[in-house]
Amino acid sequence: MNQSIGDIVGILADNLALRKSVMPLSAKQSTAWAKGLNIPHGGTCVLYTGHMYQLLPYISTMQKQTEMVRSTPLVHTFWIGRLINKFINTTWFMARADAKQKKIYNRRLRNIALLLRKANVDFGYLYGKELYAGALVSDLGGKDILEAHARRVYAMLKSEGVKSIITVDPHTTDMLKDMYATIIPDYDIEVKSYLEVLAEKDMIPCKKNEGELAIHDSCVYARYMNTIEQPRKLLANAGITVKEPAQTGKFTQCCGGPVEALYPEKARKFAKERLEQLKATGCKEAVAMCPICLQNLEHAAETEDITIRDISECLYEAYCDDPS
Amino acid sequence: MNKATTKLLTELRKDGDFNATACINCGTCTGLCPHGLDILPRELFRYVILGLEDKVEANIETIYSCLLCKMCEANCPGDVNITANIRTLRNYINRKHFKI
Ligand code: SF4
Ligand code: SF4
Repeated sequence: MNQSIGDIVGILADNLALRKSVMPLSAKQSTAWAKGLNIPHGGTCVLYTGHMYQLLPYISTMQKQTEMVRSTPLVHTFWIGRLINKFINTTWFMARADAKQKKIYNRRLRNIALLLRKANVDFGYLYGKELYAGALVSDLGGKDILEAHARRVYAMLKSEGVKSIITVDPHTTDMLKDMYATIIPDYDIEVKSYLEVLAEKDMIPCKKNEGELAIHDSCVYARYMNTIEQPRKLLANAGITVKEPAQTGKFTQCCGGPVEALYPEKARKFAKERLEQLKATGCKEAVAMCPICLQNLEHAAETEDITIRDISECLYEAYCDDPS
Repeated sequence: MNKATTKLLTELRKDGDFNATACINCGTCTGLCPHGLDILPRELFRYVILGLEDKVEANIETIYSCLLCKMCEANCPGDVNITANIRTLRNYINRKHFKI
């Protein structure tokens, strides 16, 4: 079992070193969400997706396939996969994502861009030049590979004249805001999540909203960077009642997503536990603000009487989706 | 009989500030960890401090199971950089055992 951990970590690390992402996407795949939005190319302030939302449908497919292999003797051949992957991108062949899922995740990114536009934030997008930030390899302990990658991303940002970044998920935010600063001396890019940016604006809801939602804080937003009040402020300002589960804010309980790549059965167990806490609020809907939490909790909720939503969807409906 | 040595700690400190010696063994991390694994992180870090490499090796699955959720770290009275230490430990295992 331990060797298969090494092979999976090895494949992801090799991909980051050789192909600039743990699971390389074509420019067409990573930028499809922005089609028709006419977001300017580049600029000093950019919306940086870090490819997390775009990758999730592919990761989901790959995890299902890996899980099937894991329960068979084929698990002992992962090392062959790693060897081949050095020459041919095997993860790409493994992961044929579900078209419906891709559409949903792309829509979430569009929501974020439209919310920022509604708040009169001036931003561009790097389109095909944007790179994955390296969170998964960092978490799995690929220090040298991550450091080389961070320098590559920073060089790209500097050559594009970027001074500030608006991120869309907690893991990319942590990488670009704090982790890169420990790797690169004089790192000088200002990084804020879109939730921070929107919370600083006086946003006016486009309609009267009501209803209640249970809130699931991401561990990374809540405990790594103290982003706790901002999502609550945005939801409450829109008229939505936010219900807190037993463990919340600084004490939020992890969804289990961070171990999904290596131990899917453990990830599922944590997600179920967290889902029980969210259900205990009595709400029929819960919001997550991280694509990893979202995916893990969505899977856990498939047979349950609660729907997990991305906070961007709720905010888009409240602030942008004018029914008139 | 295991013999304590600083070799492993010295090796790990080449990669980062492995500050496990600040641990006062209060057990807060164990009590709060959603995994409920008593080895993570204080016992594990003690193995590192004592240079008990075989004990570290025997717990590879536990080391990679940590969620890096910081529930322990945010409440640690010793200000131990628990998640950074776990990343450093993984980096060491990746190199030494998985040849990455
Ligand atoms: S909470 Fe901190 S000081 Fe207490 S046992 Fe855990 S690592 Fe050591
Ligand atoms: S960071 Fe790891 S050791 Fe600490 S509470 Fe979370 S899962 Fe447990």
